[in-house]
Amino acid sequence: MQRIIKNGQVIDESWHLLPKDATLDGLPNCDDLIVPLALWVDHNKALLARDGGLGVWLEAGEEIEEIADQLDCFQVIALNFPAFTDGRHSSTAYLLRTRYGYQGEIRAIGDVLRDQLFALRRCGFDAFALREDKDPLDALKAFDDFSEVYQASSDEPQPLFRRR
Amino acid sequence: MYVYDQYDQQIVDDRVNQFRDQTRRYLAGELSEDEFRPLRLQNGLYIQRYAPMLRIAVPYGLLSSQQVRMMAKIARDYDKGYAHISTRQNVQFNWPELEDVPDILADLATVQMHAIQTSGNCIRNTTTDQFAGVAKDELIDPRPWCEIIRQWSTFHPEFSHLPRKFKIAVNGAVSDRAAIEVHDIGLEAVHNNAGELGFRVSVGGGLGRTPIVGSFINEFLPWQHLLSYLDAILRVYNRYGRRDNKYKARIKILVKALTPEVFAERVNAEWAHLQDGPTTLTEAEVARVAAHFIDPAYQPLQDEDALLTDLDQQHPGFARWRQRNTCAHKKPGYVAVTLSLKPTGIAPGDVTDKQLDAIADLAERYSFGEVRNSHNQNIILADVEQAQLLALWGELREQGFATPNVGLLTDIICCPGGDFCSLANAKSIPIAEAIQRRFDDLDYLFDIGELELNISGCMNACGHHHVGHIGILGVDKKGQEFYQVSLGGSSGREASLAQILGPSFAEAEMANVIDKIIKVYVEQRAEEESFLDTFRRVGVAPFKERVYAANH
Repeated sequence: MQRIIKNGQVIDESWHLLPKDATLDGLPNCDDLIVPLALWVDHNKALLARDGGLGVWLEAGEEIEEIADQLDCFQVIALNFPAFTDGRHSSTAYLLRTRYGYQGEIRAIGDVLRDQLFALRRCGFDAFALREDKDPLDALKAFDDFSEVYQASSDEPQPLFRRR
Repeated sequence: MYVYDQYDQQIVDDRVNQFRDQTRRYLAGELSEDEFRPLRLQNGLYIQRYAPMLRIAVPYGLLSSQQVRMMAKIARDYDKGYAHISTRQNVQFNWPELEDVPDILADLATVQMHAIQTSGNCIRNTTTDQFAGVAKDELIDPRPWCEIIRQWSTFHPEFSHLPRKFKIAVNGAVSDRAAIEVHDIGLEAVHNNAGELGFRVSVGGGLGRTPIVGSFINEFLPWQHLLSYLDAILRVYNRYGRRDNKYKARIKILVKALTPEVFAERVNAEWAHLQDGPTTLTEAEVARVAAHFIDPAYQPLQDEDALLTDLDQQHPGFARWRQRNTCAHKKPGYVAVTLSLKPTGIAPGDVTDKQLDAIADLAERYSFGEVRNSHNQNIILADVEQAQLLALWGELREQGFATPNVGLLTDIICCPGGDFCSLANAKSIPIAEAIQRRFDDLDYLFDIGELELNISGCMNACGHHHVGHIGILGVDKKGQEFYQVSLGGSSGREASLAQILGPSFAEAEMANVIDKIIKVYVEQRAEEESFLDTFRRVGVAPFKERVYAANH
């Protein structure tokens, strides 16, 4: 079982991430599922009728605006990093927290590595499924990288210049 | 200049520890080459032809004498005894060992310096006028705004992995010495009719493979909204800039694809959510930062015109140097002095550890202990008493800084090129030297007058060849180094991009080619007409005709 970082702790993963080409065929009723955006768009009623938990995941090029009025449907929104250097979903997480008021889990998936975690957490991510070859316990150290920051973001509503 | 408080120091100290651990993990094999590369680049560390190159941030070009001494120490302790002033007003070291970089950063942190975001796909060092705060034509001191932008951009969590690098420049003077229209964002501090301070905002300028002059998308952004508006621009770029092709990933490509009007609409729509939010700047913050840039303790002096004219007559060499290497100052009795780092035979912008120590010493004795790096790769003592000029000139001559060529043809902007840089297609330093040798006659050089000659060793354009009055670009033709010449570029107001003259030339031909171009100018010019103005009047044809005549 994969272990992920959630709220600064390493925990056992309980959600199933469905691949991009997943269909409704044979979906378990009770499992907690994170479904690709396309499946949600095509079958939202069927997915909502299930008993298990529901999350959705977005590719780096998919825009959160597409589901901005449906965020209450999801316990988890997972945002995929095709490469850790692709920063698009940093903006997505920031918008989810500060503009759309999403309070559920925002999870980084894909090429997620230790040295990005500090900034990603600032933008609003609270869960991190590290790349499989990486040790999540080691990655926890990233949250101590900096003890002060200049900018306002989702974790700190006031920029340093209003606090110093 | 800006002095760190405990918060600024803490962030830089934390960064030293973070990078030390990243380097350790890389050397221990815990981080792969591909994983480490973006991390080291965001700290200005390149793996070059012979050794790593470390680029150190000099925010908007300003250095204290203590910091200059630290540059000297690093050059001595970790390098081969010299440093290089870059075209982004930064300092580069060409020979450090990777293993030593954490220690270099720790040394830098003791003098409030760092290498944060000096490379990589993030917001780079904000640059400005090298005469900021002292220029006679200045309307607004851009330095506090540069520092405010520096802090906002340092480890901005949302914009640390942009599609491509991102450069911001600020100007506050009548002349644009900061080349703002060829930056990703150019900011010009202005007053509106009501006397309120704000910024004209240009986006999408840039050099590189696709040179474009920026478009102004906001004619007056009130100062309070500077950072939230920057956030809006960066968010639109971060989300919608191309990431599929690194050559089409700069913001200029997005602005062009959308059109500046549509891009501006997107920014305004985004900004509507941010306007008046917590990132809105406060008077208290601007005052806090601006207090670091108040005038030094100038003496009440008078301009020394009579004395200087007298000295000019006694010392023709002094007169020449004063004409080229000094710049009018806002305070009577003071003058800004440019130390030329362009003597013939030295790579443009290179300076030794001993020279750096000497510069620190001169800064303390003549100029309130501060210097500035210019994007033209020279060093400036900004606050020199006119009465001290002769004594200073004598000292500068001893140190090799008094070549009277600032703004002339031999004051060449030049990237390190193929001698050092692994991106380069061709060498650039030997071309600069060959041209300097050809134009070693000072009378002729002065007669030619104002001329910017810029050389880049590849189309990444670190040598800003697109905006040189004469631009030279190193190209690779079937493994051979060739040079393409272009004419008529300018980075000042009314910025323009140079036109390519024609087929490229071999290295050995370059000095002759430049010689022919200059001869055409000298023949064609009207009285007092600069090279650029002559080119704009007569066009490329007469130059083309002369340069390629022998080939037919």
